[in-house]
Amino acid sequence: MTSQPYSKTELMICVAARLFQDGTTAFIGTGIPMLAAMLAAKTHAPGVIPVFEFGGTGAILDKLPRAVGEARTFHRAVVASGICDTMETGQRGFIDYGFLGGAQIDQYGNLNSTTIGNHDRPKARLPGSGGGNDVGSLCWMTVAIMQHDKRRFVPKVDFITTPGFLTGPGAREAAGLPRGSGPINVVSTLALMDYEPETCRMRLVATHPGVSVAEVVANTGFELILPDKVGVNEPPSETELRLLREEIDPQRLYI
Amino acid sequence: MQIIEQGLGELIQPPDLEAFREWNRTQKSRRLIDKRMTEAEAISRFVTDGCYIGTELYGTVRCPMSLTREVVRQRKKNLRVCGQGVAELDLWLAAGLVKKLDITYIGLEVYGTSHALRRAVESGEVETCVEWSNGAISWRMKAAAMGVPFLPVRAMLGSDTFKYSAAKVVADPFTGMKLCLLPALILDVGLIHVHRADCYGNAQIDGISGFAAEMARASKRLIISAEEIVPTAEIRKSPDRTLIPYYLVDAVVHAPFGSHPGEMAYLYERDDAVYREWIEASKTPEGAQAYLDKYVYGVKTHQEYLALIGKERLAQLVEQRERRE
Repeated sequence: MTSQPYSKTELMICVAARLFQDGTTAFIGTGIPMLAAMLAAKTHAPGVIPVFEFGGTGAILDKLPRAVGEARTFHRAVVASGICDTMETGQRGFIDYGFLGGAQIDQYGNLNSTTIGNHDRPKARLPGSGGGNDVGSLCWMTVAIMQHDKRRFVPKVDFITTPGFLTGPGAREAAGLPRGSGPINVVSTLALMDYEPETCRMRLVATHPGVSVAEVVANTGFELILPDKVGVNEPPSETELRLLREEIDPQRLYI
Repeated sequence: MQIIEQGLGELIQPPDLEAFREWNRTQKSRRLIDKRMTEAEAISRFVTDGCYIGTELYGTVRCPMSLTREVVRQRKKNLRVCGQGVAELDLWLAAGLVKKLDITYIGLEVYGTSHALRRAVESGEVETCVEWSNGAISWRMKAAAMGVPFLPVRAMLGSDTFKYSAAKVVADPFTGMKLCLLPALILDVGLIHVHRADCYGNAQIDGISGFAAEMARASKRLIISAEEIVPTAEIRKSPDRTLIPYYLVDAVVHAPFGSHPGEMAYLYERDDAVYREWIEASKTPEGAQAYLDKYVYGVKTHQEYLALIGKERLAQLVEQRERRE
């Protein structure tokens, strides 16, 4: 516990970092996932193997990468290969976790980062899949990291860029996606969620300190499953905050 | 094989494998020929209006920017582009050169969505966006590199990325499992920036190789720009490092700091000041035009461009580079 004030973003990074398991492989995208991976590697998961889609595997993340292809993503790495190699490694079942973001998410964990509105004449053209679709298709477990509001947590995403559970139980396998793969968690600015196994619908696990269940519900555009007991996430520890501020993002690019 | 589903997107560049073999037989010399030339000559000889063109790598990393700027300078039009290029495609979109996109990701990474992309697509100036993942577009080039018409993969399935692609879903004739078939992508022109090459085009890259090996083998015309031109003896000393052999290459352009304002692994850091200048400028069409006037139309060659950036600034970027340790 700590008495230091902290930002929502710092807390979100800490909650995401705690999901990394030591001795596992994880696809890391640009932004918050990079900070979370670094924090995990500096605390409870020194043996986490970051995989960056354009070819860096097993980098020592001394300095925060700002892009998925930059030299810091293969700094003292075990291999610097190319994108076909990393994606095929995922396709063979070697990548445990994938950390993803998006502009919209629905109750089944489908993510949109392509268009708002109609695809062919969009209201807003967003960047597109990038490696997102591959990561959401091929990793065993995916974690989405999102700002939490009704514009982002929507009943139906405008475009399924990256598959979550699609339309519910059995839909991934029916579409041909690898058996036993899929989303496991969502870390937002308000809470930690998982998915109810029977329905594949998003379920509240724990709110962030100072956030009420009602606030989470009010900021979610679909019916969130509420368990009998909702936990409260631990606030950032002094160690976590010091690492984030002094070692991971001293220039405060994200936090 | 029965087709279970197919994407609605246009197959912008249908592959013709027999024609590709013929091309490689008749249009690609096996002789060691000195292919060194300037950006202006390479682009005017090999890039035509309406051609299908691609760049490698991604974001601001190892981008063929001196070649990209020359394409803008020569105002090549109606380009059909495959794209995960961020710094490169942003310039082409802002200059109004792009007609069709096989899009994977065009955005500014940590700096958000691309203003140039939004304007070009939302206005309808880009006629069509066919969706793919980064893996998918690289595998499409890999299929062409293998000389086969498609590759089966387990990504894209079940998504709208598939629905708005030109891929197909079939049942695997061996196991019955559903697979996504990605059509081979044979580019008219590929642009790749490398660390070193000899005058014939034998090219080596340090650090991650992205999809350079695949794009080089999938391109009918391949323009290489290199930070350094080395004697062939250097290449022959470590042939295991050669990613792109000379016979794939049509032009070799000596372009030190060729990725600027992007970065080059172990050589120089990204020039964030100039990159941010673009991001600010590109918020409006007028701003984008002013940037192009200053950094592209206002200089005749890559050497003039580097003089505009200044020796001192470039030396700083070298100093800030990520080092091998």
